[in-house]
Amino acid sequence: MTDKIPVTVLTGYLGAGKTTLLNRILSEPHGQRFAVIVNEFGEIGIDNDLVVGADEEVFEMNNGCICCTVRGDLIRIIDGLMRRKGKFDAIIVETTGLADPAPVAQTFFVDDNVGKRAKLDAVVTVADAKWLKERLRDAPEAKNQIAFADVILINKTDLVSDADLREIEARIRGINPYARLHRTQRCAIPLPEVLGRNAFDLDRILDIEPAFLEQGSGHDHHHSHDHDHGHAHGHDHDHDHDHDHGGLKHYHDEHMQSFSISSDTPLDPDKFFPWIQNLVAQEGQKILRCKGILSFKGDPDRFVFQGVHMILDGDHQRPWKDDESRVSRAVFIGRDMPEEMIRKGFAECVA
Amino acid sequence: MSDARTDTASIVERIQPVAAGGAVVAVHFLGDDAVFVLGEEALHVWRDGEERRVAVHGGAILASAGDGHRIVTGGDDGKVVTTDPQGASETLASDAKRRWIDHVALGPDGIAWSCGKQAFVRSTKGKAAAERTLDLPSSAGGLAFAPKGFRLAIAHYNGATLWFPNAPDAKPERLEWKGSHLDLTFSPDGRFLVTAMQEPTLHGWRLIDGKHMRMSGYAAKVRSLSWGPGAKWLATSGASQLVVWPFAGKDGPMGKAPKILSPSEHRICAVAAHPKQEVCAVGYEDGMLLLTRIEDGAEVLARAPGAAPIAALAWNASGNRLAFGTEDGEAGVIAL
Repeated sequence: MTDKIPVTVLTGYLGAGKTTLLNRILSEPHGQRFAVIVNEFGEIGIDNDLVVGADEEVFEMNNGCICCTVRGDLIRIIDGLMRRKGKFDAIIVETTGLADPAPVAQTFFVDDNVGKRAKLDAVVTVADAKWLKERLRDAPEAKNQIAFADVILINKTDLVSDADLREIEARIRGINPYARLHRTQRCAIPLPEVLGRNAFDLDRILDIEPAFLEQGSGHDHHHSHDHDHGHAHGHDHDHDHDHDHGGLKHYHDEHMQSFSISSDTPLDPDKFFPWIQNLVAQEGQKILRCKGILSFKGDPDRFVFQGVHMILDGDHQRPWKDDESRVSRAVFIGRDMPEEMIRKGFAECVA
Repeated sequence: MSDARTDTASIVERIQPVAAGGAVVAVHFLGDDAVFVLGEEALHVWRDGEERRVAVHGGAILASAGDGHRIVTGGDDGKVVTTDPQGASETLASDAKRRWIDHVALGPDGIAWSCGKQAFVRSTKGKAAAERTLDLPSSAGGLAFAPKGFRLAIAHYNGATLWFPNAPDAKPERLEWKGSHLDLTFSPDGRFLVTAMQEPTLHGWRLIDGKHMRMSGYAAKVRSLSWGPGAKWLATSGASQLVVWPFAGKDGPMGKAPKILSPSEHRICAVAAHPKQEVCAVGYEDGMLLLTRIEDGAEVLARAPGAAPIAALAWNASGNRLAFGTEDGEAGVIAL
């Protein structure tokens, strides 16, 4: 369904630079036309034909899960925008600094009419290089936005030292090792790094290795191999733990974690599906996002899945290639997740 | 249960095609003129085979309502526009902040519209009455006037509000039910209020005592509701069968099963009950249009499948003309 309108969600704590990024996207000569959905308090100085103010009304679906929240206003606005189909190529949703990205994302999975016409492209989070560390300490919203992101811009890098930057990156990696990280000043970034990411496209779930393992690859050139000596703030106020792996600083956030699981033995679909469905039904509130590529016994195809809280989406993707090792892999990002239980449950799904 | 319905009686040759010129989002009759509401800017008026366009909005048309004598539309240009049978349109109101007009409603004594968390009414009886405004707990999901008097129901999160705009001191009545309530409709006898929810379910209240009615089992959100003659039944979209709830008894559908008619492989997206007979026009996702008799489920094929979803359906008041429009802008009038 290539004719679905891609939707980019811009998040970031107050003052991080969301509006700067939005204006940059709108003003660059790319020939794309955007419909922009801004929060009702933030519509200052946006120069675009189609700007809609949103109320950010979040409500719970009556499906027995309290984490299944959606944005009612988005459903209404996207329905209205679709009447002007052909007048724009993509939608950008700018959220307030205090917004949780999950209800926005879940809206695209829960509502039929929205899901039929629009698709979530990526959650892009702008972080303030100078203040992020403190916000991670005192603002759960900021941590959520980092944990949920597909792309993170560490903005205002001119205001901090290189050592501080590496520290911030390590903090972000401690929460979300899977997002693309970029250092920016005034949100200057090539637009293909934030638009057209297909981060929620099942067909594009090719690469779920943590980004910090990809050092040296073209995309993550900001990650140096520099040794980080002596800045291991051993008595951090938020009780984070940090340690060095081969020179790369590594933090574990106390509450927000991510981990990956893999299995060389093919899985049994009759065990896996009941397990994962039960897992997100029970623990979905803690699991912000999950995704995976699976090898089922006797199945020549790769199976891919992703989830946001309790909502799961999955499909057969393509046949495994002969030279591909048929390893099943899944990653989870969440808050206070029962990691051992999830690992054990996954391990029991082997055929 | 074949979708082809090759053995079904057919009146497909009676379709008079209409070149609507854009996606049709609704259709209403003004007398015997079929008025197709387009997704953007204009109404397309069909009068005995002659067609013309009436420009009404500077952008998307987000909502419309008609009562046979006039049509009211709300747009993303912040305007509420009324159009009369002569095709003369007039701007009734313009939102000061140019907010979207999300919903509109027409009642016996007034016109209503909403922008986000505010509902507005204007009386159309007597002297030009002042506009009245009601602030809501959350954005309006839909508006409907009671069949008699000057009373507006507003659907929103966690229920609906009943408002008597002419009694500004009276506190609006709140009907509670958890969840997001969207379209809503009074039964034409005024006894029941039914909302379509974000979930694939309907919720109803018996107004005399506030008793709840849950009507569930749909595959998709219910977006089209239509009352049969005498308010005896309510036909609904949202499933791949026509779901008809019985409302004849004093308890409405409470404790009763709906009638399930005209099954298909495709979902129903629009329904329109005949104004006089026990018949419902049923529009499917694949463009098929059936006329289904409620009593025994007998069918007449009014339009063959194989096109875009039926987005709009309406009968004229005497019930001898049926108009339809699709998401792709195909449209027609069927004379019966």
